[in-house]
Amino acid sequence: MSLHNYLLPALCLTLVGCGHIEPWVKPYERAHLADPIMSADPNPVSSAYLNHVHEAREGARGADGGHGGGCGCN
Amino acid sequence: MAAIKSTWPLIAVGLLLEHLPAGADVLPDQRVDALYHSYSGGGVTVSGPSVLVLKHIGQNADVSGNYYVDTVSSASIDVVSTASPYSEQRTQGNISFGYLHDKTTFNMGYTNSTESDYKANTANFDMTQSLFGDMTTVSMGYSRGWDTVGKNGQPSFSASLDRQNYTLGLSQVLSKDLLIDTSYELVTDQGFLNNPYRTVRYLDPGSGKGYSYEPERYPKTHTSNALAVTARYYLPYRARLQGEYRYYTDTWGIKAHTMALGYLQPLHDKWSLDVNYWYYTQGKADFYSDLFPYQNAQNYLARDKELSSFNSQSFGMGLSYDFTRTNWKAINKSTLNVAYNHMLFSYQDFRDVTQGGAPGQEPLYSFSADVVQLYLSVWF
Repeated sequence: MSLHNYLLPALCLTLVGCGHIEPWVKPYERAHLADPIMSADPNPVSSAYLNHVHEAREGARGADGGHGGGCGCN
Repeated sequence: MAAIKSTWPLIAVGLLLEHLPAGADVLPDQRVDALYHSYSGGGVTVSGPSVLVLKHIGQNADVSGNYYVDTVSSASIDVVSTASPYSEQRTQGNISFGYLHDKTTFNMGYTNSTESDYKANTANFDMTQSLFGDMTTVSMGYSRGWDTVGKNGQPSFSASLDRQNYTLGLSQVLSKDLLIDTSYELVTDQGFLNNPYRTVRYLDPGSGKGYSYEPERYPKTHTSNALAVTARYYLPYRARLQGEYRYYTDTWGIKAHTMALGYLQPLHDKWSLDVNYWYYTQGKADFYSDLFPYQNAQNYLARDKELSSFNSQSFGMGLSYDFTRTNWKAINKSTLNVAYNHMLFSYQDFRDVTQGGAPGQEPLYSFSADVVQLYLSVWF
Protein backbone atom coordinates (compact mmCIF):
# COMPACT_ATOMS: atom_id res chain seq x y z
CA MET A 1 0.00 0.00 0.00
CA SER A 2 1.46 3.33 -0.99
CA LEU A 3 1.73 6.34 1.26
CA HIS A 4 -1.15 7.98 -0.62
CA ASN A 5 -3.50 5.28 0.59
CA TYR A 6 -2.97 6.51 4.12
CA LEU A 7 -2.52 10.20 3.46
CA LEU A 8 -5.79 10.83 1.69
CA PRO A 9 -8.05 9.27 4.33
CA ALA A 10 -6.02 10.94 7.08
CA LEU A 11 -6.40 14.33 5.39
CA CYS A 12 -10.15 13.78 4.94
CA LEU A 13 -10.57 12.77 8.57
CA THR A 14 -8.59 15.78 9.71
CA LEU A 15 -10.66 18.19 7.65
CA VAL A 16 -13.94 16.59 8.73
CA GLY A 17 -12.77 16.61 12.31
CA CYS A 18 -11.87 20.28 12.13
CA GLY A 19 -15.40 21.06 11.02
CA HIS A 20 -16.70 19.81 14.37
CA ILE A 21 -14.23 21.49 16.71
CA GLU A 22 -16.16 23.00 19.60
CA PRO A 23 -14.93 26.42 20.69
CA TRP A 24 -13.42 25.90 24.14
CA VAL A 25 -13.82 29.60 24.90
CA LYS A 26 -17.54 30.25 24.53
CA PRO A 27 -18.77 33.53 23.04
CA TYR A 28 -20.06 34.64 26.46
CA GLU A 29 -16.57 34.09 27.91
CA ARG A 30 -14.88 36.52 25.53
CA ALA A 31 -15.53 39.79 27.33
CA HIS A 32 -11.85 40.21 28.13
CA LEU A 33 -10.74 39.36 24.61
CA ALA A 34 -13.25 41.85 23.20
CA ASP A 35 -11.99 44.67 25.42
CA PRO A 36 -10.42 47.38 23.22
CA ILE A 37 -7.18 47.12 25.21
CA MET A 38 -6.75 43.61 23.75
CA SER A 39 -6.87 44.86 20.19
CA ALA A 40 -3.71 43.85 18.35
CA ASP A 41 -3.41 47.21 16.70
CA PRO A 42 -5.45 49.89 18.45
CA ASN A 43 -3.43 52.70 16.87
CA PRO A 44 -2.64 51.68 13.27
CA VAL A 45 -1.34 55.09 12.22
CA SER A 46 1.19 55.00 15.06
CA SER A 47 2.23 51.34 14.81
CA ALA A 48 2.74 51.62 11.05
CA TYR A 49 4.96 54.65 11.59
CA LEU A 50 7.04 52.91 14.27
CA ASN A 51 7.42 49.82 12.07
CA HIS A 52 8.71 52.12 9.37
CA VAL A 53 11.23 53.66 11.78
CA HIS A 54 12.53 50.20 12.67
CA GLU A 55 12.60 48.87 9.13
CA ALA A 56 14.53 51.87 7.87
CA ARG A 57 17.33 51.16 10.36
CA GLU A 58 17.40 47.39 10.64
CA GLY A 59 18.38 44.69 8.18
CA ALA A 60 15.30 42.59 8.95
CA ARG A 61 11.92 43.07 7.33
CA GLY A 62 8.52 41.42 7.16
CA ALA A 63 6.00 39.64 9.38
CA ASP A 64 4.81 42.96 10.74
CA GLY A 65 1.55 43.28 8.84
CA GLY A 66 2.81 45.80 6.30
CA HIS A 67 3.18 45.93 2.54
CA GLY A 68 5.93 47.17 0.28
CA GLY A 69 6.73 50.68 -0.78
CA GLY A 70 9.39 53.33 -0.56
CA CYS A 71 11.59 53.88 2.39
CA GLY A 72 13.15 57.32 2.76
CA CYS A 73 16.09 55.64 4.46
CA ASN A 74 19.72 56.69 4.84
CA MET B 1 18.18 60.19 -1.03
CA ALA B 2 17.47 56.85 -2.54
CA ALA B 3 15.05 54.49 -0.93
CA ILE B 4 16.58 51.08 -1.23
CA LYS B 5 15.06 48.96 1.45
CA SER B 6 11.83 47.74 0.13
CA THR B 7 9.23 47.48 2.76
CA TRP B 8 7.18 50.19 4.34
CA PRO B 9 4.29 49.23 6.52
CA LEU B 10 1.09 50.25 4.82
CA ILE B 11 -1.55 51.83 6.97
CA ALA B 12 -4.58 50.16 5.56
CA VAL B 13 -7.43 47.84 6.08
CA GLY B 14 -5.31 44.82 5.34
CA LEU B 15 -3.21 45.62 8.35
CA LEU B 16 -6.26 46.06 10.53
CA LEU B 17 -7.86 42.85 9.39
CA GLU B 18 -4.71 40.82 9.66
CA HIS B 19 -4.48 41.58 13.35
CA LEU B 20 -8.09 41.38 14.34
CA PRO B 21 -8.74 38.97 17.13
CA ALA B 22 -10.61 35.82 16.22
CA GLY B 23 -13.95 36.80 14.80
CA ALA B 24 -13.03 38.79 11.74
CA ASP B 25 -16.64 38.83 10.62
CA VAL B 26 -17.11 42.54 11.24
CA LEU B 27 -15.69 45.45 9.35
CA PRO B 28 -12.97 47.49 11.02
CA ASP B 29 -14.16 50.61 12.84
CA GLN B 30 -14.76 53.80 10.93
CA ARG B 31 -12.10 56.24 12.04
CA VAL B 32 -9.87 59.18 11.22
CA ASP B 33 -6.31 59.45 12.54
CA ALA B 34 -4.08 62.48 12.12
CA LEU B 35 -0.48 62.04 13.25
CA TYR B 36 2.59 64.24 13.44
CA HIS B 37 5.84 62.30 13.70
CA SER B 38 9.38 63.34 14.45
CA TYR B 39 12.60 61.31 14.45
CA SER B 40 15.91 62.80 15.47
CA GLY B 41 19.17 60.91 15.85
CA GLY B 42 22.52 60.12 14.25
CA GLY B 43 22.55 63.45 12.43
CA VAL B 44 19.21 62.71 10.77
CA THR B 45 15.86 64.39 11.39
CA VAL B 46 12.67 63.10 9.78
CA SER B 47 9.27 64.61 10.44
CA GLY B 48 5.89 65.02 8.84
CA PRO B 49 2.21 64.19 8.96
CA SER B 50 0.27 60.99 8.41
CA VAL B 51 -3.50 60.97 7.94
CA LEU B 52 -5.60 57.79 7.83
CA VAL B 53 -9.31 57.64 7.03
CA LEU B 54 -11.44 54.48 7.04
CA LYS B 55 -15.12 54.63 5.97
CA HIS B 56 -17.73 51.93 5.53
CA ILE B 57 -19.60 51.55 2.27
CA GLY B 58 -22.88 49.89 3.17
CA GLN B 59 -22.85 46.87 5.49
CA ASN B 60 -20.14 44.79 3.85
CA ALA B 61 -17.49 47.02 2.38
CA ASP B 62 -15.08 49.74 3.36
CA VAL B 63 -12.58 52.07 1.83
CA SER B 64 -9.51 53.54 3.48
CA GLY B 65 -6.89 56.04 2.49
CA ASN B 66 -3.60 57.14 3.95
CA TYR B 67 -1.44 60.15 3.17
CA TYR B 68 2.05 60.18 4.65
CA VAL B 69 5.02 62.54 4.36
CA ASP B 70 8.66 62.22 5.48
CA THR B 71 10.63 65.44 5.41
CA VAL B 72 14.26 64.39 5.78
CA SER B 73 17.31 66.42 6.71
CA SER B 74 20.39 64.25 6.80
CA ALA B 75 23.93 64.67 7.98
CA SER B 76 24.27 61.01 8.95
CA ILE B 77 27.60 59.28 9.50
CA ASP B 78 27.45 57.96 5.91
CA VAL B 79 26.80 61.41 4.56
CA VAL B 80 29.39 63.35 6.54
CA SER B 81 32.05 60.72 5.78
CA THR B 82 31.76 60.81 2.02
CA ALA B 83 29.20 63.37 0.81
CA SER B 84 27.32 66.55 1.69
CA PRO B 85 24.31 66.95 3.98
CA TYR B 86 21.02 67.02 2.10
CA SER B 87 17.29 67.57 2.53
CA GLU B 88 14.48 65.83 0.72
CA GLN B 89 10.85 64.80 0.99
CA ARG B 90 9.07 61.49 0.52
CA THR B 91 5.33 61.40 -0.04
CA GLN B 92 3.25 58.25 0.17
CA GLY B 93 -0.39 57.66 -0.68
CA ASN B 94 -2.46 54.53 -0.25
CA ILE B 95 -6.01 53.50 -1.04
CA SER B 96 -7.55 50.19 0.04
CA PHE B 97 -10.89 48.49 -0.38
CA GLY B 98 -12.27 45.80 1.90
CA TYR B 99 -15.19 43.45 1.36
CA LEU B 100 -16.76 41.20 3.98
CA HIS B 101 -18.68 38.05 3.07
CA ASP B 102 -19.86 35.99 6.03
CA LYS B 103 -16.62 34.97 7.77
CA THR B 104 -14.32 35.98 4.96
CA THR B 105 -12.78 39.38 4.36
CA PHE B 106 -11.10 40.40 1.14
CA ASN B 107 -8.90 43.43 0.85
CA MET B 108 -7.02 45.00 -2.00
CA GLY B 109 -4.94 48.13 -2.07
CA TYR B 110 -2.52 50.27 -3.98
CA THR B 111 0.36 52.34 -2.58
CA ASN B 112 2.55 54.93 -4.25
CA SER B 113 5.69 56.38 -2.70
CA THR B 114 7.59 59.21 -4.38
CA GLU B 115 10.94 60.84 -3.66
CA SER B 116 13.12 62.92 -5.94
CA ASP B 117 15.20 59.84 -6.76
CA TYR B 118 12.95 56.88 -5.94
CA LYS B 119 9.46 55.84 -6.96
CA ALA B 120 7.67 52.80 -5.56
CA ASN B 121 4.31 51.38 -6.63
CA THR B 122 2.77 48.48 -4.75
CA ALA B 123 -0.43 46.49 -5.21
CA ASN B 124 -1.62 44.09 -2.53
CA PHE B 125 -4.35 41.52 -2.04
CA ASP B 126 -5.20 39.99 1.34
CA MET B 127 -7.77 37.52 2.55
CA THR B 128 -8.87 36.69 6.09
CA GLN B 129 -11.06 33.78 7.19
CA SER B 130 -12.56 33.21 10.60
CA LEU B 131 -12.91 29.55 11.68
CA PHE B 132 -14.00 27.24 14.49
CA GLY B 133 -16.56 29.47 16.16
CA ASP B 134 -14.31 32.49 15.71
CA MET B 135 -11.56 30.90 17.78
CA THR B 136 -9.15 30.96 14.85
CA THR B 137 -8.46 33.47 12.12
CA VAL B 138 -6.26 32.61 9.17
CA SER B 139 -5.00 35.17 6.71
CA MET B 140 -2.93 35.21 3.58
CA GLY B 141 -1.71 37.96 1.36
CA TYR B 142 0.32 38.79 -1.68
CA SER B 143 1.80 42.08 -2.79
CA ARG B 144 3.77 43.07 -5.82
CA GLY B 145 5.91 46.16 -6.12
CA TRP B 146 7.53 47.99 -9.00
CA ASP B 147 10.22 50.50 -8.05
CA THR B 148 12.28 52.91 -10.10
CA VAL B 149 15.61 54.03 -8.68
CA GLY B 150 17.13 57.32 -9.82
CA LYS B 151 20.14 59.38 -8.86
CA ASN B 152 19.99 63.08 -8.17
CA GLY B 153 22.44 65.04 -10.32
CA GLN B 154 22.57 62.25 -12.88
CA PRO B 155 19.27 62.33 -14.85
CA SER B 156 20.38 59.52 -17.15
CA PHE B 157 20.59 57.06 -14.25
CA SER B 158 17.54 54.82 -13.93
CA ALA B 159 17.26 51.30 -12.54
CA SER B 160 14.34 49.08 -11.64
CA LEU B 161 13.46 46.82 -8.76
CA ASP B 162 10.63 44.28 -8.55
CA ARG B 163 9.33 43.17 -5.18
CA GLN B 164 7.01 40.34 -4.13
CA ASN B 165 5.68 39.65 -0.65
CA TYR B 166 3.83 36.54 0.50
CA THR B 167 2.21 36.54 3.94
CA LEU B 168 0.50 33.91 6.07
CA GLY B 169 -1.12 34.58 9.42
CA LEU B 170 -2.81 32.61 12.15
CA SER B 171 -4.58 34.21 15.10
CA GLN B 172 -5.73 31.85 17.83
CA VAL B 173 -7.75 32.27 21.02
CA LEU B 174 -6.04 30.09 23.62
CA SER B 175 -8.08 31.01 26.67
CA LYS B 176 -10.54 33.68 27.76
CA ASP B 177 -7.54 35.89 28.60
CA LEU B 178 -4.93 34.89 26.04
CA LEU B 179 -4.59 35.43 22.30
CA ILE B 180 -1.69 34.43 20.10
CA ASP B 181 -0.84 35.68 16.61
CA THR B 182 1.63 33.96 14.32
CA SER B 183 2.71 35.50 11.05
CA TYR B 184 5.14 34.51 8.35
CA GLU B 185 6.35 36.64 5.48
CA LEU B 186 8.52 35.82 2.52
CA VAL B 187 9.89 38.79 0.60
CA THR B 188 11.77 38.42 -2.64
CA ASP B 189 13.34 41.31 -4.54
CA GLN B 190 14.95 41.37 -7.93
CA GLY B 191 16.73 44.30 -9.54
CA PHE B 192 18.86 47.22 -8.40
CA LEU B 193 19.18 46.75 -4.65
CA ASN B 194 22.08 48.91 -3.60
CA ASN B 195 22.22 52.63 -3.01
CA PRO B 196 23.55 54.61 -5.97
CA TYR B 197 25.27 57.07 -3.63
CA ARG B 198 26.78 54.81 -1.00
CA THR B 199 30.39 53.67 -1.03
CA VAL B 200 32.57 51.09 0.68
CA ARG B 201 36.06 51.76 1.90
CA TYR B 202 39.20 49.75 1.31
CA LEU B 203 42.80 49.93 2.48
CA ASP B 204 44.83 52.18 0.22
CA PRO B 205 48.39 52.86 1.42
CA GLY B 206 48.74 55.49 -1.31
CA SER B 207 46.00 57.60 0.22
CA GLY B 208 46.71 60.17 2.93
CA LYS B 209 44.21 58.56 5.33
CA GLY B 210 45.30 55.05 4.48
CA TYR B 211 42.00 54.15 2.86
CA SER B 212 39.85 55.13 -0.13
CA TYR B 213 36.24 54.63 -1.23
CA GLU B 214 34.59 52.83 -4.16
CA PRO B 215 30.88 52.34 -5.00
CA GLU B 216 29.06 49.58 -3.15
CA ARG B 217 27.90 46.57 -5.17
CA TYR B 218 25.00 44.31 -4.14
CA PRO B 219 23.56 41.10 -5.57
CA LYS B 220 20.57 41.53 -7.89
CA THR B 221 18.33 39.31 -5.79
CA HIS B 222 17.37 39.28 -2.15
CA THR B 223 14.97 36.82 -0.50
CA SER B 224 14.04 36.90 3.16
CA ASN B 225 11.93 34.91 5.60
CA ALA B 226 10.45 36.30 8.79
CA LEU B 227 8.40 34.45 11.38
CA ALA B 228 6.79 36.36 14.24
CA VAL B 229 4.77 35.21 17.25
CA THR B 230 2.87 37.68 19.41
CA ALA B 231 0.96 36.86 22.59
CA ARG B 232 -1.48 39.20 24.33
CA TYR B 233 -2.67 38.50 27.86
CA TYR B 234 -5.49 40.20 29.75
CA LEU B 235 -4.48 40.80 33.35
CA PRO B 236 -7.15 40.43 36.06
CA TYR B 237 -7.16 44.13 36.96
CA ARG B 238 -7.86 45.22 33.36
CA ALA B 239 -4.47 45.70 31.80
CA ARG B 240 -2.77 44.10 28.84
CA LEU B 241 0.61 42.43 28.69
CA GLN B 242 2.07 41.75 25.25
CA GLY B 243 5.17 39.86 24.15
CA GLU B 244 6.57 39.37 20.69
CA TYR B 245 9.42 37.45 19.11
CA ARG B 246 10.51 37.51 15.49
CA TYR B 247 13.17 35.46 13.73
CA TYR B 248 14.58 36.67 10.44
CA THR B 249 16.92 35.13 7.91
CA ASP B 250 17.80 36.03 4.33
CA THR B 251 19.89 35.01 1.34
CA TRP B 252 22.47 37.69 2.13
CA GLY B 253 23.43 35.88 5.31
CA ILE B 254 21.71 38.17 7.79
CA LYS B 255 20.08 36.51 10.78
CA ALA B 256 18.15 38.67 13.20
CA HIS B 257 16.13 38.34 16.39
CA THR B 258 13.56 40.83 17.61
CA MET B 259 12.01 40.76 21.06
CA ALA B 260 9.39 43.19 22.27
CA LEU B 261 7.40 43.66 25.45
CA GLY B 262 4.46 45.97 25.99
CA TYR B 263 2.21 46.87 28.88
CA LEU B 264 -1.02 48.84 28.53
CA GLN B 265 -2.76 50.17 31.63
CA PRO B 266 -6.05 52.10 31.52
CA LEU B 267 -6.08 54.84 34.17
CA HIS B 268 -9.57 55.77 35.34
CA ASP B 269 -12.04 56.28 32.49
CA LYS B 270 -10.22 58.76 30.33
CA TRP B 271 -6.53 57.94 30.35
CA SER B 272 -4.38 55.00 29.38
CA LEU B 273 -0.64 54.45 29.68
CA ASP B 274 1.45 52.29 27.39
CA VAL B 275 5.01 51.25 28.23
CA ASN B 276 7.08 49.21 25.79
CA TYR B 277 10.56 47.86 25.16
CA TRP B 278 12.11 46.58 21.94
CA TYR B 279 15.38 44.69 21.51
CA TYR B 280 16.85 43.85 18.14
CA THR B 281 20.06 42.09 17.19
CA GLN B 282 21.44 40.98 13.84
CA GLY B 283 24.51 39.40 12.31
CA LYS B 284 26.16 40.99 9.28
CA ALA B 285 25.57 40.22 5.62
CA ASP B 286 28.08 37.87 3.99
CA PHE B 287 29.48 40.63 1.78
CA TYR B 288 29.64 43.39 4.41
CA SER B 289 32.91 44.80 5.66
CA ASP B 290 33.80 48.05 7.35
CA LEU B 291 37.16 48.02 5.61
CA PHE B 292 37.98 45.82 2.61
CA PRO B 293 41.64 44.76 2.24
CA TYR B 294 41.98 46.26 -1.25
CA GLN B 295 39.92 47.66 -4.13
CA ASN B 296 37.45 45.25 -5.75
CA ALA B 297 38.26 42.69 -3.06
CA GLN B 298 35.18 40.58 -3.84
CA ASN B 299 32.19 40.36 -6.18
CA TYR B 300 29.76 42.04 -3.81
CA LEU B 301 30.70 44.90 -1.54
CA ALA B 302 28.66 46.55 1.21
CA ARG B 303 29.41 49.03 3.98
CA ASP B 304 25.83 49.95 4.80
CA LYS B 305 25.65 49.93 8.60
CA GLU B 306 22.16 48.39 8.37
CA LEU B 307 23.90 45.30 6.94
CA SER B 308 26.53 45.17 9.71
CA SER B 309 26.40 43.32 13.03
CA PHE B 310 24.64 45.48 15.56
CA ASN B 311 21.96 45.64 18.19
CA SER B 312 19.39 48.25 19.06
CA GLN B 313 17.01 48.94 21.89
CA SER B 314 13.97 51.13 22.19
CA PHE B 315 12.31 52.34 25.37
CA GLY B 316 8.85 53.72 24.76
CA MET B 317 6.00 55.34 26.60
CA GLY B 318 2.61 56.56 25.39
CA LEU B 319 -0.27 58.40 26.97
CA SER B 320 -3.79 58.54 25.61
CA TYR B 321 -6.62 60.83 26.70
CA ASP B 322 -10.26 60.18 25.75
CA PHE B 323 -12.00 63.53 25.38
CA THR B 324 -15.29 62.27 23.96
CA ARG B 325 -18.37 64.25 25.03
CA THR B 326 -21.74 62.56 25.39
CA ASN B 327 -23.53 65.24 23.36
CA TRP B 328 -21.39 64.54 20.27
CA LYS B 329 -23.88 62.57 18.21
CA ALA B 330 -21.72 61.82 15.18
CA ILE B 331 -18.61 60.78 17.11
CA ASN B 332 -18.35 57.53 19.05
CA LYS B 333 -14.95 58.14 20.57
CA SER B 334 -12.08 60.59 20.29
CA THR B 335 -8.61 60.43 21.77
CA LEU B 336 -5.53 62.61 21.91
CA ASN B 337 -2.30 60.64 22.09
CA VAL B 338 1.35 61.32 22.66
CA ALA B 339 4.14 58.75 22.42
CA TYR B 340 7.88 58.93 22.95
CA ASN B 341 10.59 56.38 22.14
CA HIS B 342 14.27 56.56 22.96
CA MET B 343 16.37 54.33 20.74
CA LEU B 344 19.98 53.17 21.12
CA PHE B 345 22.04 51.69 18.30
CA SER B 346 25.35 49.98 18.92
CA TYR B 347 27.42 48.70 15.99
CA GLN B 348 29.91 45.88 16.34
CA ASP B 349 31.75 46.24 13.02
CA PHE B 350 30.99 49.67 11.70
CA ARG B 351 33.58 52.26 12.63
CA ASP B 352 33.26 56.02 13.02
CA VAL B 353 35.86 57.36 10.60
CA THR B 354 35.09 60.95 11.61
CA GLN B 355 36.82 60.25 14.95
CA GLY B 356 40.16 59.52 13.31
CA GLY B 357 42.61 56.74 14.10
CA ALA B 358 44.49 54.13 12.14
CA PRO B 359 42.38 52.47 9.42
CA GLY B 360 40.32 49.71 11.01
CA GLN B 361 41.12 50.98 14.51
CA GLU B 362 38.67 53.88 14.69
CA PRO B 363 36.08 53.78 17.50
CA LEU B 364 32.99 51.68 16.81
CA TYR B 365 29.96 53.76 15.90
CA SER B 366 26.90 54.16 18.09
CA PHE B 367 24.11 56.69 18.34
CA SER B 368 20.79 57.38 20.01
CA ALA B 369 17.55 58.69 18.56
CA ASP B 370 14.38 60.28 19.89
CA VAL B 371 11.03 59.53 18.30
CA VAL B 372 7.97 61.63 19.11
CA GLN B 373 4.42 61.07 17.91
CA LEU B 374 1.41 63.28 18.53
CA TYR B 375 -1.89 62.12 17.10
CA LEU B 376 -5.62 62.55 17.20
CA SER B 377 -7.97 59.60 16.65
CA VAL B 378 -11.71 59.92 16.04
CA TRP B 379 -14.13 56.99 15.68
CA PHE B 380 -17.45 57.78 13.99
